[in-house]
Amino acid sequence: MTEAAALLVERDFAVPDIRCAGCIAKLEQGLVRDRRIAAARVNFTEKRVHISCTPDAETPELIGAFSLLGFEAHPIGDGPTEVDGGASDSRALLRAVAVSGFAMMNIMLLSVSVWSGASGATRDLFHWLSAAIALPTVAYAGCAFFRSAWRAVRHGRTNMDVPISIGVLIATALSLYETATHGPHAYFDGVVMLLFFLLCGRWLDSVMRDRARGGVTALLRNMGTGAMVVAADETSRWVDATALQPGMVMLVAAGERLSADGVVVGGASRIDLSLLTGESAPQAAGLGDPVHAGTLNVEAPIRVRVTAAGADTAIADIARLMSEAAQGKSRYVRIADRAARYYAPAVHTLALLAFAGWMIAGAGWHHSLLIAVAVLIITCPCALGLAVPAAQIVAAGALMRVGVLVKDGSALERLAEVDRAMIDKTGTLTLGRPVATNLDEADATARALLLALARASRHPLSEALTRDLTAAGVTPMTVEAIRETPGFAVEALWNGRKVTLGRPAQPLADSALATQLAIDGAPALTVRFADALRPDAAETIAALRQAGAAPSILSGDRAAAVVPVARALGLTAQTGMSPQDKLAAIARQAAAGHRVLMIGDGLNDGPALAAGHASIAPGSASDAGKNAADCIFLGDRLMPVVQAIRVARRTQAIVRQNFALAIGYNVIAVPLAFMGHVTPLVAAIAMSGSSLIVVGNALRLKGAAR
Amino acid sequence: MNGLLVLIPVALGLGLLGLAAFFWSLRGGQFDDLDGAALRIFVEDEEEAS
Repeated sequence: MTEAAALLVERDFAVPDIRCAGCIAKLEQGLVRDRRIAAARVNFTEKRVHISCTPDAETPELIGAFSLLGFEAHPIGDGPTEVDGGASDSRALLRAVAVSGFAMMNIMLLSVSVWSGASGATRDLFHWLSAAIALPTVAYAGCAFFRSAWRAVRHGRTNMDVPISIGVLIATALSLYETATHGPHAYFDGVVMLLFFLLCGRWLDSVMRDRARGGVTALLRNMGTGAMVVAADETSRWVDATALQPGMVMLVAAGERLSADGVVVGGASRIDLSLLTGESAPQAAGLGDPVHAGTLNVEAPIRVRVTAAGADTAIADIARLMSEAAQGKSRYVRIADRAARYYAPAVHTLALLAFAGWMIAGAGWHHSLLIAVAVLIITCPCALGLAVPAAQIVAAGALMRVGVLVKDGSALERLAEVDRAMIDKTGTLTLGRPVATNLDEADATARALLLALARASRHPLSEALTRDLTAAGVTPMTVEAIRETPGFAVEALWNGRKVTLGRPAQPLADSALATQLAIDGAPALTVRFADALRPDAAETIAALRQAGAAPSILSGDRAAAVVPVARALGLTAQTGMSPQDKLAAIARQAAAGHRVLMIGDGLNDGPALAAGHASIAPGSASDAGKNAADCIFLGDRLMPVVQAIRVARRTQAIVRQNFALAIGYNVIAVPLAFMGHVTPLVAAIAMSGSSLIVVGNALRLKGAAR
Repeated sequence: MNGLLVLIPVALGLGLLGLAAFFWSLRGGQFDDLDGAALRIFVEDEEEAS
């Protein structure tokens, strides 16, 4: 048994469709029935399944085990290492929060007795006990701040962590001195409370990033991460994308994405380039035509000889552009750090002034230092540290409920500032998938037959038909002996007559996608497909204008395909743009002082998404697009984009209010500290009070997305 | 005063116990899937795990 367990391999799969307790039971109990899978564990929050399987289980077989249960699963390749890095980060923070929370409670317990009049030996004992708890806590929980402050100071900069670290260290040292000399005031409770509140803020910030990252990982399809490779002796096996070599021959089924660049050596099909170029009409690819990684084979199975794999593919060029474009964004300074630039020097000056002032007044260095420390503690940005993350995590939670994933807090800050919106056409303004356009020509029988045949196939057009007909409430006809020739047709017997759904007998005049229903070999109906506008595109455009973000179209598609959309929505459009062109268009706007919101989905939008001041991608976007975007919206509606902007602006308003509250509190507390009236009791009340007010104010954002 | 000598270690000990329990549950993965934990009470055990 132990020997068998040692041989098992651990794999993670993203399963976006886990929605209820039933799904958990179905997956966990159903998967282990497969003899290759030893154990399965669902993580509902991250929408993944962790399985232990035998080493001979190959990825397609495991995905097959999921689809037998009715779930779509995507392998998470090397993902876990990166994702776990982030998760362990917030786990370390949570541990620090727990430690400082524990220390705060116990020291507060002792402090209350000191405040209520303990004196002499009892007070000294309590102070010593407090010191014994506080010193290890400061060393453990304060580490994150000390490290970040040291990094900033070494580079000659200052950030929020510098005043925090100085305040904490000086206050601890002085309290220790007070304790040793039987002094009446020790600030151990203040120090630990400060650490606790600040760590809460840090932890919230980190949880928010983790949660969004988990959501994004679950969305990444990781499609085209491998291919069926046909060997010379006609045997086929699954090869991982990283192991593909030029010269191999891949078998690409209809509905599959290509994993490498290559040349068609067998079969003929049409290739959907929309993620790569933004072009909406699929292009014919026959013998000898080059095809690219990341594109979708829509019509028939083909064989492709690999010419370039991995870092040599056309996608790699786009990836390089993306990483260059993203560098500009990393220069953005978050609002808390901008505040710290002014705040930190002010705090240090104030503390120094207090010290100097009391020295001049002849109070002696001990008393002066005590007052300077009180000033430092009272001005320590306790509420400031919570002001931003508390508001942002509440806003991100509200947005998540309406289907918008926000990757981090700075995305919300940048989103609030946009005044231009540049929108890709294919897949963003439109749905990016074929929708049947002439179903109303079909009578009830034809519709029922169509659904019966279409739902038996995984071909993209069949899936589109199934989705549209099911949504229209059609009940499928009962048919027998259903059989699919992959990529060509589905056929079945209906009351003894042969019905087929497949490629039209004659190619259509225009290159539109179509499928034909035939009864006993005679064509009965040709269903045409086109990419349709999102249902609320027009309202969204109007709302964007109203929100002060002037929209326009940036499309890689031909002008002829873009013009009808642009006219329907009343937008100006730039067409036929390469990824570089889109990047340049954004750079021009940025140079003119505009803040551009880029909304796009394709691989070709990747660089533009990375370069935009803020960016949003639909959940159906390419993996590259989703990785580059700041936010991702789910579903067919486009309106979440405007909701995200509105919520981001409200969040900024709340953050500013929180800053005002924190500063207002300082205006009252600092003079008190200057006069020497701030005892540890006053500091504790002031600190916890202001933090609670700030968090309470942030909670008002809860219903902001409604 | 004698009471304190007993009560303070007791208070600290209980606090430490809570902290240790929290660390234990954190390491055991009990906080990894908060939404899932809420749903698992609806999952019926299979009659007999083979």
